[in-house]
Amino acid sequence: MLQIPTWKRVFIWALVALGLILALPNAFYSRVEQANDARAEIETMGSTEAREAQAGQWPDFLPSGLVNLGLDLRGGAHLLAEVQVEDVYEGRMDGIWPELRDALRDARDEVGTIRRVDEGGDALVVRLNDPSGMQRALEIARGLARPVATLTGVGAQDLDVSGEGDLLTVQLSEEERAATDDRTIRQSLEIIRRRVDEVGTREPTIQRQGSDRILIQVPGIGSAEELKALIGTTAQLTFNPVISRSGDPDAAVSSRQVVYPLLDEPGVFYTLERSPVVSGEDLVDAQPSFDQNGRPAVTFRFNPTGARAFGDYTAENIGSPFAIVLDEEVISAPVIQSHIPGGSGIITGNFTVEESTQLAVLLRAGALPAELTFLEERTIGPELGQDSIDAGRIACLVAFGAVLVFMALSYGLFGIFANIALLINVGLLFGLLSLIGATLTLPGIAGIVLTIGMAVDANVLVFERIREELKTAKGPSRAISLGYEKALSAIVDANITTFIVATILFMLGSGPVRGFAVTLGLGILTSVFTAIFVTRLLVVTWFDRRRPKTIEV
Amino acid sequence: MRLRLVPDETNFDFFRHAKVTFGASCVAMVLSIVVWLVMGLNFGIDFQGGTTIRTQSVRAVDVSAYRQAIAPLELGDVSISEVFDPGFEDDQNVAMVRIQAQDGQESVAADTIAAVEAALQQVDPSITFPSVESVGPKVSGELIKTAFLAVAVSLGAILIYIWLRFEWQFSVGAVAALFHDVILTIGLFSVLQIRFDLATIAAILTIIGYSINDTVVIFDRLRENLIKWKQRPLKDVMNLSVNETLSRTIMTSGTTLLALIALLVLGGDVIRGFVFAITWGIIVGTYSSVFVAKNIVLFLGVKRDWSKPDKTEGNQFANIDP
Repeated sequence: MLQIPTWKRVFIWALVALGLILALPNAFYSRVEQANDARAEIETMGSTEAREAQAGQWPDFLPSGLVNLGLDLRGGAHLLAEVQVEDVYEGRMDGIWPELRDALRDARDEVGTIRRVDEGGDALVVRLNDPSGMQRALEIARGLARPVATLTGVGAQDLDVSGEGDLLTVQLSEEERAATDDRTIRQSLEIIRRRVDEVGTREPTIQRQGSDRILIQVPGIGSAEELKALIGTTAQLTFNPVISRSGDPDAAVSSRQVVYPLLDEPGVFYTLERSPVVSGEDLVDAQPSFDQNGRPAVTFRFNPTGARAFGDYTAENIGSPFAIVLDEEVISAPVIQSHIPGGSGIITGNFTVEESTQLAVLLRAGALPAELTFLEERTIGPELGQDSIDAGRIACLVAFGAVLVFMALSYGLFGIFANIALLINVGLLFGLLSLIGATLTLPGIAGIVLTIGMAVDANVLVFERIREELKTAKGPSRAISLGYEKALSAIVDANITTFIVATILFMLGSGPVRGFAVTLGLGILTSVFTAIFVTRLLVVTWFDRRRPKTIEV
Repeated sequence: MRLRLVPDETNFDFFRHAKVTFGASCVAMVLSIVVWLVMGLNFGIDFQGGTTIRTQSVRAVDVSAYRQAIAPLELGDVSISEVFDPGFEDDQNVAMVRIQAQDGQESVAADTIAAVEAALQQVDPSITFPSVESVGPKVSGELIKTAFLAVAVSLGAILIYIWLRFEWQFSVGAVAALFHDVILTIGLFSVLQIRFDLATIAAILTIIGYSINDTVVIFDRLRENLIKWKQRPLKDVMNLSVNETLSRTIMTSGTTLLALIALLVLGGDVIRGFVFAITWGIIVGTYSSVFVAKNIVLFLGVKRDWSKPDKTEGNQFANIDP
């Protein structure tokens, strides 16, 4: 009845040991944090003695995962931004207009004279002097449409062209709008990420929320204002002539030259002319597309000024490479294949569809593609966070102590078993939180305290049951075994319902509330595990050794 | 020597004053709803939009001076309150300034906040602003919807789960008890005008989780006893079940309250509202498990013919043991 097979005992203790080892780094928080930072720096910036020494503070063979501290504990800024995706439509229409105008002018004999009559907005409206040419004009306009370059938009064209009376209307199709919106958000995310990474703060959160929102959380930054200013800065995109390619970052160059690293390949550097041929301000569009062989590529288009400069340069330098440079990093350095007049070009390479999309995003990442409206701003000072941590820590310790004493007084030896399980429980909880990289927030600390209080519940249920079974005098071994057996359905039902609530809280909550849901939910898992398996193992081990005739619970 | 909060054998008749206890619960619920409707909840910026600025200074907080400083900015409804906490240092004086959402703006403009901060610095040069939070009306509208949805979905999910594991009468009783807890918590927040924000919703959901836990334990025992005592009146079996689990009910509530009180006193002012809601909820939740849930089950009646119980019924999870 009270037999627990050896493999099971080993398994339970192994799990406990694993959980505690995972939790260990949190006991030396700042030391492990410094070591982790140093290792990350060695990875990206090379090894120095100081960094090695710092990395050596925490041995390699131990796990180094930490519970992330939420913004409310660490201090920092939080922004929820809405991207005004419609901003992009107008620019696209303006970009198409010269092309449409030229095409219609070429067919003037059939279409007659034309005039653009819209005033910006997301539709391009053209008036034909001679409505009888509408049929031909529609054909020409439709000829400009390209397939939508996404998986969901397969088979669809990017332009909706319609004619009514003498008015020809061109606008983006439904599919293209969806694709464009998605691209706009991704570009915005990419730009924001690059901007924020530049300041090098630890673990910023930049994620898409819903269809058109972006959540930005940056620990350690002074205020939401500062963060907004940072995001607002535009990226610098340039096209520079390439002098040479090398593996040496410190190559001697003249004052009119610069050395920049290649983005995708560490250790490769380009020496470039300092003054660019064309800069990002002249770029009006970059889209993922396919070259004539059907391979993924990126098309781009300049405004007239940029087009002229780029055309002249490519005509003179066929066969030599030019570099596309973003924020002092070379994105790619293709070789000019031919003279590129008209200001639009195509970048080919060994791209996958994903990479070409990414490159188009990066190319346009010079400036935010659309305006951001900020829906939510929060700034939390670091001192306030520290105060909260200190208060939370003291509260946890006191709560812990009180519960331990209370349990020991109420259940004697069995209470001690429950207390050992409770200590293990909190250890496991921290281990799990570190393992999944969860974020600990202030309500999350409350969740831990609540877990401490509630974790004993399963043990209490069992102990009370054992007491009852002892009254009917079946002998201690039988009573313990029955106690566990009969208490189980109550434990399971009670905890599943609480777990349901934690899950809902996790799905619908955000930020600190979600942090609470995580600790509460994981706390339920660890407390059920410790109550059903760990305490039981302790009780059984003790019982096997002592074989008491009577027990008191 | 053991600490015994509840004697080993108890034989309380929990229905003796059923009219009083159940009546008191009903009255309390009605009162809560009335107070809620009359006084309204003191919504935080999460639900109403607006800005809160936390100020900290070595000088004592002078609410009226702060108010006078901000008044010329014409920001509409501004509320200023001093914050007290036993954890504060002697020279740590904290206040919360709350500004309503400004018309036609998503989140409060930077210059508005800067103007308020400058005005306060005029009054007290040593003042600092440990936190500034601002939520636009668009988001707050969505948050309030999500919050109500979360509470409704939780109640629904529990209703279904208890129904599957027990009988429908039990699930109605359990959810009624939860409803009671939620309403009483909202009532208390209305009476005391404590700030009601997202964290409070999290607290309410936690209360739901705790209270259902308590109720389920009693129901579980009731189910067991109903099989054991086929002939005894339902009322007696219920009393027996509550008495048998009373020690556990008090023990668990006791340990949880111990932990929560530690947090309430020492956990700092930032989460005090949150912890207060949970503490209150544990008390009403324990009460409702004993005095509300089973009364409703008694009122609805339970199928007593368990002569051919399905062996696996209610025990699907019970074979985890070796």
